[in-house]
Amino acid sequence: MLLFLEQCLNGLQLGLLLFLLAAGLTLIFGIMDLVNLAHGSFYMIGAYFAATFTALTGNFIFSAIAAFAATLLVGMVVEVIAMRRLYGRDHLDHVLGTFGLILFFNELVRLVWGPAGMNVPLPEWLNGHFPILPGIEYPTYRLAIILVTLAVALFLYILVMRTRIGMLIRAGATNREMVGALGVNINLLYTLVFGLGAALAGLAGLMQAPILTVQIGMGENILILAFVVIIIGGIGSIRGAFIGALFVGMVDTLGRSYFPDILRMLLSQNAASTAAPALSSMLIYLLMAVVLVVKPEGLFSPGHR
Amino acid sequence: MRKTLLVASACLMLAVGPVMAQQKTIKIGFVSTFSGPTAVIGNDMRNAFELALDHMGRKMAGLPVEVIYEDDQQKPEVGKQKTEKLIASDKVDFLSGYIWSNVLLASLKPIVDSKTMFVIANAGPHQVAGELCSPYVFSASWENDQTPAAVGLYMNQKGVKTAFLIGPNYAAGKDMLNGMRSTFQGQIVSEELTKWPDQLDFSAELSKARAANPDAIYVFYPGAAGVQFLNQFSQAGLKGKIQLYTAFTIDELSLPRMGDLALGVPGAQEWVNDLPFPANKKFVEDFHAKYKTWPSFYAAQSYDAANLIASAVAAVKGDVSKKDEMRAEMKKANFASIRGPFKYGNNQYPIQNFYLQEAYKDANGELRLKTVATIVKDNQDKAAAKCPMK
Amino acid sequence: MSLSFRNIVLSILFIALALLPVYAKLAGDGFALTLFTRIIILALAAVSLNLILGFGGMMSFGHAAYLGIGGYAVGMLAHEGIFNGFIQWPVALLASAVFALVIGALSLRTRGVYFIMITLAFAQMAYYVVSGIARYGGDDGLTIYDRSHFFTPLNLSDKVQFYYLCLALLGGTVYLTWRIVNSRFGLVIQGSRSNDMRMRAIGFPTYRYKLACFVIAGMLCGLAGALLANHNEFISPATMYWTRSGDLIVMVVLGGMGSVAGPVLGALALLLLEEALPTVIAAALYPFLGVNASVYGEYWQIVLGPLLLLIVLFARGGIDGMLQDLNVRFARKPRVLPS
Repeated sequence: MLLFLEQCLNGLQLGLLLFLLAAGLTLIFGIMDLVNLAHGSFYMIGAYFAATFTALTGNFIFSAIAAFAATLLVGMVVEVIAMRRLYGRDHLDHVLGTFGLILFFNELVRLVWGPAGMNVPLPEWLNGHFPILPGIEYPTYRLAIILVTLAVALFLYILVMRTRIGMLIRAGATNREMVGALGVNINLLYTLVFGLGAALAGLAGLMQAPILTVQIGMGENILILAFVVIIIGGIGSIRGAFIGALFVGMVDTLGRSYFPDILRMLLSQNAASTAAPALSSMLIYLLMAVVLVVKPEGLFSPGHR
Repeated sequence: MRKTLLVASACLMLAVGPVMAQQKTIKIGFVSTFSGPTAVIGNDMRNAFELALDHMGRKMAGLPVEVIYEDDQQKPEVGKQKTEKLIASDKVDFLSGYIWSNVLLASLKPIVDSKTMFVIANAGPHQVAGELCSPYVFSASWENDQTPAAVGLYMNQKGVKTAFLIGPNYAAGKDMLNGMRSTFQGQIVSEELTKWPDQLDFSAELSKARAANPDAIYVFYPGAAGVQFLNQFSQAGLKGKIQLYTAFTIDELSLPRMGDLALGVPGAQEWVNDLPFPANKKFVEDFHAKYKTWPSFYAAQSYDAANLIASAVAAVKGDVSKKDEMRAEMKKANFASIRGPFKYGNNQYPIQNFYLQEAYKDANGELRLKTVATIVKDNQDKAAAKCPMK
Repeated sequence: MSLSFRNIVLSILFIALALLPVYAKLAGDGFALTLFTRIIILALAAVSLNLILGFGGMMSFGHAAYLGIGGYAVGMLAHEGIFNGFIQWPVALLASAVFALVIGALSLRTRGVYFIMITLAFAQMAYYVVSGIARYGGDDGLTIYDRSHFFTPLNLSDKVQFYYLCLALLGGTVYLTWRIVNSRFGLVIQGSRSNDMRMRAIGFPTYRYKLACFVIAGMLCGLAGALLANHNEFISPATMYWTRSGDLIVMVVLGGMGSVAGPVLGALALLLLEEALPTVIAAALYPFLGVNASVYGEYWQIVLGPLLLLIVLFARGGIDGMLQDLNVRFARKPRVLPS
């Protein structure tokens, strides 16, 4: 039972990280109608910045904030230079253009930081474990991730629902032309939204960095999961991204934990061990396909687009 | 540009005539990983290979040596492509390197088909030592089962009754876990295989291990994955609670990043840097002097591979077309190996000792590895029985 | 075919490809033959993708899955000891057709980016399923110990024979695509790309037409997969990963989506760029960095990435589009308007 709770926490943590990625992606897609395959590159850049700053200053918290700001800046610069020209074009153009950007960023990172990958060491107080329930010693850092991402989710909610900018964002997601026609500085809005999306991706990357390694191409795998999340949740809806992300995080983690045992009852040890991680990964795509066939706009789509 | 050069040289060749009796240089192709988080292993191997060449004056049998290093990106199909390029386009006389068992298995067919002399510097999948053995393939390392089998023996000696196994789901990972099973006499509570090389988050597996509460946990995670595992092992509160035994997880490359987490975690190896052989002392000291880091077993094996190749070239006085004679010389293992003298089995894999190694802090506070005991002497891999060669 | 500049270029290219083995023999460069065989096989895959992407407007991000399916059909049968090409290749085609039928039936109910994602999802599912089968190597891939056997004297292990077989199949695929595109069926597909609602209003059941097109494209790509497995003597799930589908899309767009031969140009351009860019970069940086310049050749994708973006922004018609623009420049006769 305790094991199950622990796995649920792990699933929650993964889901929340996915939410950070998916939120940015869905915002960009919803408001600017831009399919950004290079979103995973911001995830990677955030992690690399964090690794470098931590190596320079030794202070993880400070580096995290600095990396967040740096990724925000990079995102805004990329928007002005490259993304602007893609608005209004066919989705195919977006896919191709941003696919090219993935290649570019991977090589740029390789040039600047070298091919080997980096490590982000954690400060002592984050490196231990915390007894959240009698019998469950949960890693402190993962708890921190859960708390931080929940805080960010709350912040996003307030931003989108309760501020003027949020209102513009929601309006833009529903009817872009109208917002422009009403005299809002669309260019600035787009730059900010894109920058915010990139920064959120960078935040996810830098938070994952101490647990996984920082390496080139680390964005590609998780990008697909993020796309699955926003498809399930509905493009343009942050609420959908939240629910979708939690769902996907849970299914993936619980699947990875319990699927092998289920399979082992049916197949041989060797076959089950190879099949299990593959099949549990497949589960998510199956879910997405089902959602797409049943409700093509996703579960929480924000209305007519 | 390459094409123009090709056409030009083609014309030259046609003009001069196909009279190429004597080799001008000895060409060696070295396939390893030079990108991604495991690039540190490839660099270590390259450093050691270069050091070996320096020690022999960059000549074998008086002929200059050219090494072409290729990056397999830790992917079997890339490794295969690079191997084919080295054989078909660069026309190398020898091949060496190969960290990963799956890359090696994918690349084997072109090597054997082209009859290229091959000295493996690390990977040891049991198939290549067994049914897929070939007269052109020599190992300067080991067969995957040997090292984990030694750990299993040590665990028996320590009275471990129950064990929980965790490892990566690829050719070597499975070999490492099976090897341990082959000698361990206690009960295996469970075996978890994780997705390789993507999965670096072991939270699910560690939670399961904790719930199972075994006497010991046995893992195999090379390179950066090993660092992550030890980190998360400690973060999950298991350090000090359940004893950890490892194979190929703690080495001179990962040790600096593991820090104190590696203390008290034993591993087995066929070579430790403090083995008392003169060739070893020279290797370790010169390596540290030149590169400022301590060599890992990957480096040590690459150093040996270079010297094995040199012994073969010396025996035929530089005429590398005499493959049978080179092979006969290599079978004698007649060179100064850093692990001490050893013999080759019928499958051209070493019959060698395995030692228990542990991390400790030296006088400068630096983390080093030392030999604690000899676990087994003159150990031959079990796959040799399946090899049809005599 | 008229004697336009573009057609002259294409003809020269075809003749060059046909004569490649002769050059390879004279220069003693076996690697060139290997490289161009791979280019031709991937060109075949790209041509099949163009059928649905360029002409049908269906942006499938999972097309590489068929390369894997065709390849694994050959690989799995070879692993079980069945090397007969007359069994392997039809199985490859059939498996691809079935897979395309199922995926197409489900995916074609969606549009736009949803279509992209769902095709991607299905391809990833195929990737994970195959990775999960321990018997056929899983993630490590499967070595294929012998090529497909047909009737003697056809020997696929003979590199030159294999090259010409691939070239012939590529030619056949291009011709087939040309016939399809210019047929009534093809016109419905193209019309559906422009305005699906209008086609349906006229009375065409576009869903069925698109599905049929999807299946044909899948089968052709499966054929490419079988060829690729024979060429590499190895197959792994990596062949099906979504970034490979991306590569195929790049080839189609680079070459020019509106024409049948475009993808061939795209495949040639992309794969030759892969080989040549490192040398070009090293040469370009040589005056500044001397011998160290060759190291920077490894970073060729830093040039390819923005190049793709630029093509998307400014040269939408791809290489073929540029050739057709040059047609106007080099026109031998003034254009005659239909009277």
